[in-house]
Formats: sequence, C-alpha cells, structure tokens
Amino acid sequence: MTSPRAPFDLLYSETEEELRSAVRSLLADRCAPASILARVETDQPHDPRTWQTLAAGIGAAGLLVPEKLGGQGASHREAAVVLEELGRAVAPVPYLTAGVLAAEILLGCDPSSAEVSDLLRQVASGGRLCVPAVPLTLAPGAPLPTGVRDVGAGTLTGSVTSVADAAAADVLLVLADTGLYAVPASEVTLTPLVPLDLTRPLARVTLDGAAGTRLADAATARAAVAGALLTGAGLLASEQLGLAEWCLTETVAHVRGRHQFNRPIGSFQALKHRLARLWLDVASARAAARAAADALATGAPDAPLTVAVAQAYCSGVAVRAAEECVQLHGGIGMTWEHPAHLYLKRAKADSLALGTAGHHRGLVAEFAELPAPGTRPGTAVAGPTP
Amino acid sequence: MTTADELRVRVAELLAAHPPADTPRGDFLRARFDAGLAWVHYPEGLGGLGAPRSLQVLVDSELEAAGAPDNDPRRIGIGLGMAAPTILAYGTEEQKRRFLRPLWVGEEVWCQLFSEPGAGSDLAALGTRAVLDEAAGEWVVDGQKVWTSSAHTARWAILIARTDPDLPKHQGITYFLCDMHAPGVEVRPLRQITGEAEFNEVFLTGVRIPDGHRLGAVGQGWAVARTTLMNERVSIGGMRIPREGGMIAPVAATWRERPDLRTHDLHQRLLELWVEAEVARLTGERLRQQLVAGQPGPEGSGMKLTFARLNQEISALEVELLGEEGLLYEDWTMRRPEIVDFTGRDAGYRYLRAKGNSIEGGTSEILLNIVAERVLGLPAEPRDDKELAWKDLAR
Repeated sequence: MTSPRAPFDLLYSETEEELRSAVRSLLADRCAPASILARVETDQPHDPRTWQTLAAGIGAAGLLVPEKLGGQGASHREAAVVLEELGRAVAPVPYLTAGVLAAEILLGCDPSSAEVSDLLRQVASGGRLCVPAVPLTLAPGAPLPTGVRDVGAGTLTGSVTSVADAAAADVLLVLADTGLYAVPASEVTLTPLVPLDLTRPLARVTLDGAAGTRLADAATARAAVAGALLTGAGLLASEQLGLAEWCLTETVAHVRGRHQFNRPIGSFQALKHRLARLWLDVASARAAARAAADALATGAPDAPLTVAVAQAYCSGVAVRAAEECVQLHGGIGMTWEHPAHLYLKRAKADSLALGTAGHHRGLVAEFAELPAPGTRPGTAVAGPTP
Repeated sequence: MTTADELRVRVAELLAAHPPADTPRGDFLRARFDAGLAWVHYPEGLGGLGAPRSLQVLVDSELEAAGAPDNDPRRIGIGLGMAAPTILAYGTEEQKRRFLRPLWVGEEVWCQLFSEPGAGSDLAALGTRAVLDEAAGEWVVDGQKVWTSSAHTARWAILIARTDPDLPKHQGITYFLCDMHAPGVEVRPLRQITGEAEFNEVFLTGVRIPDGHRLGAVGQGWAVARTTLMNERVSIGGMRIPREGGMIAPVAATWRERPDLRTHDLHQRLLELWVEAEVARLTGERLRQQLVAGQPGPEGSGMKLTFARLNQEISALEVELLGEEGLLYEDWTMRRPEIVDFTGRDAGYRYLRAKGNSIEGGTSEILLNIVAERVLGLPAEPRDDKELAWKDLAR
C-alpha cells in the first residue's frame, strides 16, 4: 500500500500551544476541581462565566467558523486543543455541543442564507448559545432520529431525549422530518434528567407546537447533522485524551507521595507497571486523537476511518485511565471530595457519546474492508490507504 | 558544519569516480566510507564528515536512487548499531582506525557477548571472568555467553567480563573487543522454539585478549556497556510503516480472501487489533515527526513494548483464524537464518517467533520499569545488590 499523500501532521503548532496556554490558565483560575464540585449539584451545573470568557474572550465559540462569518477561521486542530484542556479540567462548559456540533451543523447548511449566517455570527461571537437537539449517544453512521415532525408552517411536535447542555441553550437546532429548524429555548419544554456525568447536564426536549425558523431542507439538514457527528466524534477523542492525561498525572503524583509499608507505593513494581502501561496508552491516544483532528482539518479522504480509529481507541483509554485513577487512589478515590469521580463519570459518559467504541469498530470494519461474517464488503467511504 | 548541498556534491563525486555498475561492491563501499558518506555524523577519517545525523537520510536515498550497493545493514546490525557507537565513544584512535572501516563495509561481522545463563535482565550480575596476565599483557577469559546472534559468522565481539569479583557488581566489569577466531572460543547453535537456530551459546575457555583490545578503563565496563545498550534501543521509531503494514497485513489479507474462516468472535478481535495496530503506527509516526522537529519525546521507550504485545496478539489470532491450517507448521528443520524476518513465513512461525519480542533486547517487564522510573519519575524498588561485593551476591 503506497502513500498517496503526506502523512498526518501529528505535532502541535506554536499557535496551538499558545491557545492551549490561554485556555489552561482560564480553567486554572475558574474551574478548579473544588469549584466544579460545588457547582454540579446546584440548579446551574453549567459555568456561564467561564463559558463566556472561553467563547467570547478567547474566541473558542467561533474557532471553526470562517472569519467572513464572524468566526476565528481556525481549524479542527485548534478546536481539538481546546477540548484537550476542557477534558483535563472536566470543565462544565458546553463547548462540544455549542462550539463544535452546532457550529458544524450550521456550516453544513447554506451559509449564504440570511437565517443561517445571522445565527452563525451570534454563535461565533458567543452572543447566543446554540445546541443541537439530538441525543448525546447519536453516532456518525447511525440512523438519524425521526421523533420530531413539522405539523405545518414550522410548527414542531415531538421529543428528543438525552440532549446534552440543552439547559444552557438560547437556541436549539432541531432536526425534523422537513428540515433543520432553529427553535428558541422559550418554545420548548426542558425536563432535566439526572446525568451520570454531572458536568455535562442532560435534558429531554419536548416540542408541543413549537415555532421554529427553518434553516435547511431535509436532505441538507441530514447531511449537515451527519457531518457534524463525524467531526464531533473525531474531536471528542481529544477531550478523552486530556481527561486521561489528567488522571495519569494525578495518579503518578499520588503514588509518589503516598507511603505504605515504609515505602512510597509508587515504588512497588505492580503499580509501576500499571502506570507505565497507562502512559503508553495515553501516548498512543495522543497520536490517534491528533490524527483525527488533522484528518478533519485537512478534509482528508480517509477522515471517516481515522475518526473511527480514534474513537475506537481513545474511549477505552479515557475510561481505563479514570478507573485506574480511582483504584490507585485507594479509599480517597471513592470519596466525593476527591475529583477522581468527576473524571470517571465524564469518561464513562464520553464512551457512550457520539458512538461507542464497538460502533466505531464496526465503522472501521466497513472502511477498512474487513467485513463481518456473512456480509459482503460494503461500499467503503475510505479504503485502507494511509 | 556540512550542508545538504555539500553532501549532494560529495555523493555526485563519489558516483562519478566509482560508477556503481562498474565497481565491485566492496570497492564501492570502501570508497564511500573514505568519502565520509558512510555515517555522516561520524568524524572525518572515520567514515563521516561531522555533519548532522539527520542528513544521512539524504545520502542514503540519493545513493539508493543511483543504484549503489548498500552494506546490508540488517546482516551487520549489531556492529553498526552497538559496536560502532561504543568504539567511537570509548575507543582509542588506534582502535577506531582499526575497526570502524571493516565493520561498516561488512568485511568484519560483529556479535555481542553480554548475556549469560545466570545474567539476563540482571546483566550486571555476569560471571564470565577476565584475569590479567601481566607478563604477557593479555587478559585470560573464562565463562559462557548466550543468545548471541551472528556469533557463527562474526569475526569480532564486544564482550563484558568481570575483572574484580570483590567489588559491587557494577564496578568490577571491564569491556573488551574479542577476536572470535581466538583459541578457546567455541560457538554452539542454540535451537529455539521455532525449530531454527538464530542464536548461539558461546563458551570461552582460556581465551587470551591483548590489553590493547580493552575498551575504556579497567573496571569501567558498565558505563561503556550502557552506551552500547542505549544505542540498541535508539533504532526503533525511525521507520515509516504504511497503514496495515507489519504483522496485521497477512491477517487482514486472509480475512478478506477467506470468508469461510470468518466468525463473529474473530471479527471483534481482529477489529480491535487492527485499530491498535493503526494507533501504534500513528504513535511511531508521531515519534518520527518529533525527532525530525528536534523535540524527541519519551515515546521511543514505549514503542518496543507496544510492538511486542501487538505482534504476539496478532500472530496468535492469525493461527486461530486459519482453523485446521493453524494446526500445521511449515518446517521444523533446523536452519540458521542470518536475519529475523516475519514476512514470507507461515502463521505458526510468526506466533512462535513473536514470543521472543517481549524478551529480546530487554524484557517487557524491565522496559516497563524503565518507563515508570525514567519517564514517570516513580521511585525505584529498594534493592540491596548495589553495595554488596559481586562474590557475595545470591546465585
């Protein structure tokens, strides 16, 4: 198999490192574990002040939006770096939903239409928070939901469950049978759910004659949502990477300092080997996540395969890192006051978000032409060329 | 400092003076060494030009494009990868001039006499003795070495031996260059689980080594050996593998060609390993990009661990996938391969040979310790063997 194009750029650029520093220092100030813990059980689990600074101050909300539409004109590589830092902090901000998924859906519609471009500008400036009304578990390559119908003149009925960050939204992007609609939050009924991951609140969105503005026809809407799901899944790998890195770093620091049997517990070979293996997994997850971000940024023909590989791999690494973090902290890891549980809950929820590892392995089977027993190879979206 | 353009000129001059088509292989290689184009980062007069190491790729690719012969680096890998950098770092001028040119040209093959039956992962525990015969100015060596690749073809060996058993184990070791044709050197093939004998046992009985073939000071052999061992692990990571290259390739090919062999269980495991192989490939690629950008990361220490595990899991799956054919083996005849090559062999061979990947060149357990201690900064396990005299250690 020969290489028809340059390999993925798997490093970080200087600009990306500068963006990382800005996001990391904001989160260090505003998103310390104690403040997240204090917030997650209140009726406002989101942190609007941090989101506002991240979205408008640092410009993260518009990273993926071209400059002529009011955004930063950056790429998926930069967005991935933001997600790494948000994962590292389990920050309760709606960047994945608003900054990535909603922005990508809108960009997948016709940006020359006034409705779409107006909304994009508000989204990119951080002026309005727009969230797609789709279940967090919706995966690229899976059938799109059909629970919302247009009963006439943009009047929508139906419901969608497990919508992430809906509680913070000003506008919901609703996929109905006749197209994509922008629906003001005031038009829908939100039923908050009790989420496993307290830092990414979920709600059921019920539309009962809600009035929306149509942004795209059905075919365009479905393609836009499918494209956004691919991007979201690819960039979620970076959130999982950041999360796993925090777990590894904290655990290493803990086992170096914690003494039992008159030795630091980190000097026991059984623990050293577990952490060395975890470090290897995290280093590999970084390569996989970077490849996905670069493939999306460059529009590589094998981006769907690269995203599926990254999700199939990074989901498991994040969960394993968080599980090891809890276990190797011993009793402390089981307490509410230590933040390890926030990471475990986010990692486990992330492993269901935008497709499970198993779902993504199924996509790998299709793209790499490794069919399941009893099936003929499908039409591959991206063959196994490097 | 030599630039890329200067190197291109030198390559052109070499090719003009010694057209590869009309020049005997050995003559061309000697001329290439003398032109400083063997390993450009080595000093002038020793096959190099003191140029940045990264420029070697340019020389190699230009010469390859011109159809020039290479020095069969896989066959002389131990000399190139281990003996040469150690001789360069610790050798006298006389030793460098005597050994580096025939080593690089491949006229003299090298092997490594480090591991012993009683000192594998705990290499510094070695017991092969070297005693100085002061009147003759020679060392007399007695002992047994093991796992010695190329010993049966080698002209020279790098050898570590104990010269003072009263000192702690790391301090009483001295490093030598050993003539494999010297009386008292006996090489016996060591047959492995594959049926082949890649390696040898080497018995040393009263072998005499002139003091002029000592590398580094008496008692400083451990420091010299560390240079050798660090160079052993440098080699991985430089190579670029295509997607679905390596061990996963034959399994994926069999899966596509043989629908009759497919089961759901095997499918799930194949996909997991395919993904892991792709991620390992990307990790190696990222490491390579870091090296090119001058930001070497610690990932190199881990790549060998990853490949050992993947090779074992993938080859194990392959045997199962083949069903009845997996019960068969191509050939148990004892052969003596000069290089290890996983391609062009059957699944059973790959499965058995891959078992060595987590043992040779540092076991996975030792490498995990290295990652834990040097990369993650975790404390070493308490140990009592560093201060005790070697002769008092438990054996």
